[in-house]
Amino acid sequence: MTRWRPPLPLVAAWLVLLALLATTVTLAYRPLGSFNVVVALAIGTLKAATVAAVFMELRHRGPRTLLFAGAGLFWLGILLWLGTMDFLTRT
Amino acid sequence: MPDVEAFAPQYASIRHRDETAELGMWVFIATEVLLFGGLMLGYIVYRHAYPTAFAAAGRHTDIVIGTANTAILLTSSFLVACAVDAFAAETRKICITLLSGAILLGLIFIVLKGIEYSDEYREHLVPGINFSFEPANADGAQLFFVFYFVATSVHAVHMLVGIGLLAVLARLTYRSPDSRHRAALHSAALYWHFVDVVWIFLFALIYLPGRST
Repeated sequence: MTRWRPPLPLVAAWLVLLALLATTVTLAYRPLGSFNVVVALAIGTLKAATVAAVFMELRHRGPRTLLFAGAGLFWLGILLWLGTMDFLTRT
Repeated sequence: MPDVEAFAPQYASIRHRDETAELGMWVFIATEVLLFGGLMLGYIVYRHAYPTAFAAAGRHTDIVIGTANTAILLTSSFLVACAVDAFAAETRKICITLLSGAILLGLIFIVLKGIEYSDEYREHLVPGINFSFEPANADGAQLFFVFYFVATSVHAVHMLVGIGLLAVLARLTYRSPDSRHRAALHSAALYWHFVDVVWIFLFALIYLPGRST
């Protein structure tokens, strides 16, 4: 069998993801008030960005693929923005 | 090379064919983002309306299984990314081993999810079947668990589809590791990573609220 070693960027991304998971669980138990949810979603976004950039290879892709990958996020942004506007701003 | 004339007439080259497949998978993922986005919008609105109940309900989820399943899914994504890298005639056995590892982790995820569901049934946390919760937070907690069961079961269906795809591609890789199957494996890998990303957010929304109070 030919020798094959896992590429370093993949191993690094995997270890970073596990470290971020440990961090988010630890911080969830710290009383940070309303910042708990901000921290949880910020770390979640960081994990998702790591998966997209390294595992989904977006860091090696040109503007066309990034446009297609970003389209979903763009429409998600509109959905969440218009969907929550009333509930988050009503007094 | 077995790849000569391996692309349909609408493509100018093998690369053209593979890039088209990749863009097509990203379009499909955009529709999936909106499917789960709609669920998450509902979650945000009801969490805003019932903040205390959502924190109390979040504390009733199983953080140990949730965290273990997140680590399992992240690792399976790592194995699939490695399998894409190892896809070649000389290293196809390694590629198949990596895919088998990812499939096994996917199955462990599903089994743990099943154990979690049965625990929640025993704890009377299933809305519409046997729900009972402290009266002050019962309404909001019920909405939380409706979201929990709908979102995690839709996610589990995606996992089962992904496990099936990886199994088919492991077989195709074994039979003929050509560039067409490499493109197919690449598309399936994108899907698997996307299912991983969905879980990253479900984990943050379901298991982490209410732990600090």
